[in-house]
Amino acid sequence: MPTVSKGDGMRGLAVFISDIRNCKSKEAEIKRINKELANIRSKFKGDKALDGYSKKKYVCKLLFIFLLGHDIDFGHMEAVNLLSSNKYTEKQIGYLFISVLVNSNSDLIRLINNGIKNDLASRNPTFMNLALHCIANVGSREMAEAFAFEIPSILVAGDTMDSVKQSAALCLLRLNRTSPDLVPMGEWTARVVHLLNDQHLGVVTAATSLITTLAQKSPDDFKTSISLAVARLSRIVTSASIDLQDYTYYFVAAPWLSVKLLRLLQCYPPPEDAALRSRLTECLETILNKAQEPPKSKKVQHSNAKNAVLFEAISLIIHHDSEPTLLVRACNQLGQFLQHRETNLRYLALESMCTLASSEFSHEAVKTHIDTVINALKTERDVSVRQRAVDLLYAMCDRSNAKQIVAEMLSYLETADYSIREEIVLKVAILAEKYAVDYTWYVDTILNLIRVAGDYVSEEVWYRVIQIVINRDDVQGYAAKTVFEALHAPACHENLVKVGGYILGEFGNLIAGDSRSSPLVQFSLLHSKFHLCSVPTRALLLSAYIKFINLFPEVKATIQDVLRSDSQLRNADVELQQRAVEYLKLSCIASTDILATVLEEMPPFPERESSILAKLKRKKGPGKLPDIDENRRNVNGSSEHSFRPPFTDVLNLNSSPSTGPSLLVDVFSDSSTSVSVDVSEDNFSRFVCKNNGVIYENQLLQIGLKSEYRQNLGRIYVFYGNKTSTQFLSFSSFLNVHAKSVDPIIEGGAQVQQILNIECVSDFTDAPVLNIQFRYGGTLQNIAVKLPVMLNKFFQPTEMTSQDFFQRWKQLGAPQQEVQKIFKAQYPMDTDVTKAKVLVLLCWNGVDPNPANFVGAGVIHTKSTQGGLPPQTGMYRLTLRTSRESVSQRLCELLGEQF
Amino acid sequence: MMRFLLLFSRQGKLRLQKWFTPIPEREKKKIIREMTTMVLARQPRSCNFLHWKDLKIIYKRYASLYFCLAIENHENELLALEVIHRYVELLDKYFGNVCELDIIFNFEKAYFILDEFLLGGEIQETSKQIVNRCIESSDMLQEDDSSEWYEVELFG
Repeated sequence: MPTVSKGDGMRGLAVFISDIRNCKSKEAEIKRINKELANIRSKFKGDKALDGYSKKKYVCKLLFIFLLGHDIDFGHMEAVNLLSSNKYTEKQIGYLFISVLVNSNSDLIRLINNGIKNDLASRNPTFMNLALHCIANVGSREMAEAFAFEIPSILVAGDTMDSVKQSAALCLLRLNRTSPDLVPMGEWTARVVHLLNDQHLGVVTAATSLITTLAQKSPDDFKTSISLAVARLSRIVTSASIDLQDYTYYFVAAPWLSVKLLRLLQCYPPPEDAALRSRLTECLETILNKAQEPPKSKKVQHSNAKNAVLFEAISLIIHHDSEPTLLVRACNQLGQFLQHRETNLRYLALESMCTLASSEFSHEAVKTHIDTVINALKTERDVSVRQRAVDLLYAMCDRSNAKQIVAEMLSYLETADYSIREEIVLKVAILAEKYAVDYTWYVDTILNLIRVAGDYVSEEVWYRVIQIVINRDDVQGYAAKTVFEALHAPACHENLVKVGGYILGEFGNLIAGDSRSSPLVQFSLLHSKFHLCSVPTRALLLSAYIKFINLFPEVKATIQDVLRSDSQLRNADVELQQRAVEYLKLSCIASTDILATVLEEMPPFPERESSILAKLKRKKGPGKLPDIDENRRNVNGSSEHSFRPPFTDVLNLNSSPSTGPSLLVDVFSDSSTSVSVDVSEDNFSRFVCKNNGVIYENQLLQIGLKSEYRQNLGRIYVFYGNKTSTQFLSFSSFLNVHAKSVDPIIEGGAQVQQILNIECVSDFTDAPVLNIQFRYGGTLQNIAVKLPVMLNKFFQPTEMTSQDFFQRWKQLGAPQQEVQKIFKAQYPMDTDVTKAKVLVLLCWNGVDPNPANFVGAGVIHTKSTQGGLPPQTGMYRLTLRTSRESVSQRLCELLGEQF
Repeated sequence: MMRFLLLFSRQGKLRLQKWFTPIPEREKKKIIREMTTMVLARQPRSCNFLHWKDLKIIYKRYASLYFCLAIENHENELLALEVIHRYVELLDKYFGNVCELDIIFNFEKAYFILDEFLLGGEIQETSKQIVNRCIESSDMLQEDDSSEWYEVELFG
């Protein structure tokens, strides 16, 4: 029997625990536990009422069993009973059990809430604390409902004990995190801010946590906290270390509170008030100065606490991004840490410098440390430190040092830990592309990447190199030559075979003049890899072969023999077999012209955000990727980072080129049918309540619309703008409505107009699609745009008295005539804006619902519409009644998206 | 904020678990497994920080016990190390030269001390004196009913 038990030791519990510890096997432990569970169950079920002590002891045993990892399905009720005990330790165990075991949606919450309520009302600070701890630990919605109103008043009441205030502040913080809608903001918020002035530093610390969270959500409401926080911080950093008594931690004055205050200030831009601003700058300077002072203690706790404050101050300096001197000082300080003997500090310095690298003030200063960082990459023993070094190199990279950094990363890759290789590959690929001055370097880098770490080169990376080679004709010959040479390696990675197959298939002709890389040599080289490759790669190679037949008629017979062989024509894999059969047939029956058309060189890919960057962002999670944009952050010191449009389309080759089939391997699949193009309807819904605007835009063409409607007739003016400097040839558009034909040539930079006349014959749901085709630089472009011709455009307002309206409304009472939709507001609810939209959509005037007239099929259907739009709770209810079910449905769809 | 605190032995036996956000039991077990394998695999003299999912893991070994604290991404790593240290000091003060056995046999006390120190994933009270006074005064509140000490129990 060990004697380690302390306080109100429960002897039975200690014995049980040592029994468990003595169990030799898992089975023995389970047996012992089951025995105990049976015992406890019988005690709880027994006739004899248990005294408080026994109840406490058994509940505690159950808790122990649960914490060992076993399920507990009883005892909750007994634990709840303990809450009403007036003995502190019993209550305490009850609360502990509940905090650990009761999940937030238990049906016991009502009973628990009752216990909490009593303790909160007890005015006994120890009991109140237990109750508040329990709320903060469980934090369920029911608890928030029951106590969210009460806790703020406990927090700000003048007679509340300090320790209770601390618990109340953090309890409120927890409820605000879990159910923000239930925690009412009110006059207490102003008083909470004033807790920053409290005498008790523990209260200030807890309050600062609460205020920081609230300020992140509604900064304006807590603006007054800035000056109080600066004042408080100033007092702490200038205090002598003994002033703060027990809040001094290893000779550092209130490190926790300092960090919290610095964190709070990071919710805001630099203070506008000059005096306040200079006071804050002084604080930050003092903190930076202290870093240079000799340590007051050799203990690591001292340096950790001191540097914790320093790093938080640097975070604030970076966040403000407005004081060049501070930024450079911060950078120098971190530079010192880069060579510190403490691994932790080196790690943090690397991490912190990543963010400094994105500020234009300190970017250059960060760059001066490049050699130290490269050295860290080579010599650090700890993989997580090396990883931070990779991150920093990535962040500090620009055109001036890209070649050095990429080379270092490539050489590190050869020995890098497997866990971080893929990320490094992505980073190298991005940097190589972004800072490529000449694309031969880019091609070399990517091929090296495949050579060194082929297994970690994801699809996106090799897709991207092909996109770039196809889009830049100055690098195509070099790329062909380089892949050709690389393919000579005895064991080359399959990814290289893919790139090689694709590039030689497209541009092999550029190097075919040299007898060392004649068509036949190229083909034999590729085919020597064929049998070692996986099915997708082989499929790609087959496509490369058919492209060879087009490029080099002299190897046609050789390739046909290969395609004809049993291993191809009768391949067990359906895809390979089909390709072999089809390519063989194509090569036999198609004339040279047809072959040349079908197997034409791939058109340029539209310029979009690199798919590799998108992948890295996904991998790292939002916000973690340092911005390597050339435009570093602005000098304005505002907290907003520059707006970057979200990438909606994670591009990969499969969806890329705007003309027809995308991958080389797809070359055959679409050639028999007409080219199908995705219909663009990105801007479609924006036109529900407006008639003019830009409906489509890509890098070549902009299409604008101006439209007008009268009864069942509509007219749309379509403006095609050529954004390039080259002519569009054979421009044409087809539509299922009457259109005056458009000029077949659009000069570079010019705009032409086309008029479309529209008549609404009957109600409809599908909008007409405008197909556009033209030649740009030798390639055929196909664009399809959904025209915003919608049912509601043919509304005609009709004057009607309210009485007439309601009569009509009642006539349309059949269930299928009415459609109702209740939906959440997508936009802020503003009565005027809503009214204006309703006006445009439904031609409905004023507050009284007026009817509208609907014209279709040459017959006038009278329909009425009522929009009930009570601006409450962020929801709208839209009710529509028309004489036709389909009309109601479609209108509801259209209108429902607009609020 | 802090997300969770785990204490485990060098053999990977869990000694204390504190979760500051609601997490399903299955998920907890998964995290515990991941943390123990990850932290125990670290080489000596490595840094005390790890990135894990969207969190930072701060760990430190005291004698036979590993303390492993998960904090959100923007939180201060060094201070998190000192959170761990302060907790160790609190345990030490209460038990007097704390060892793993103290925490095993008095796990409920370890939780009580933690609740006075951290609440809802934030620091509640950093003063060692105040936390200790708080714990000691609650110990004073215990009822000295000696008859219960010698109660005959069926199992031990």
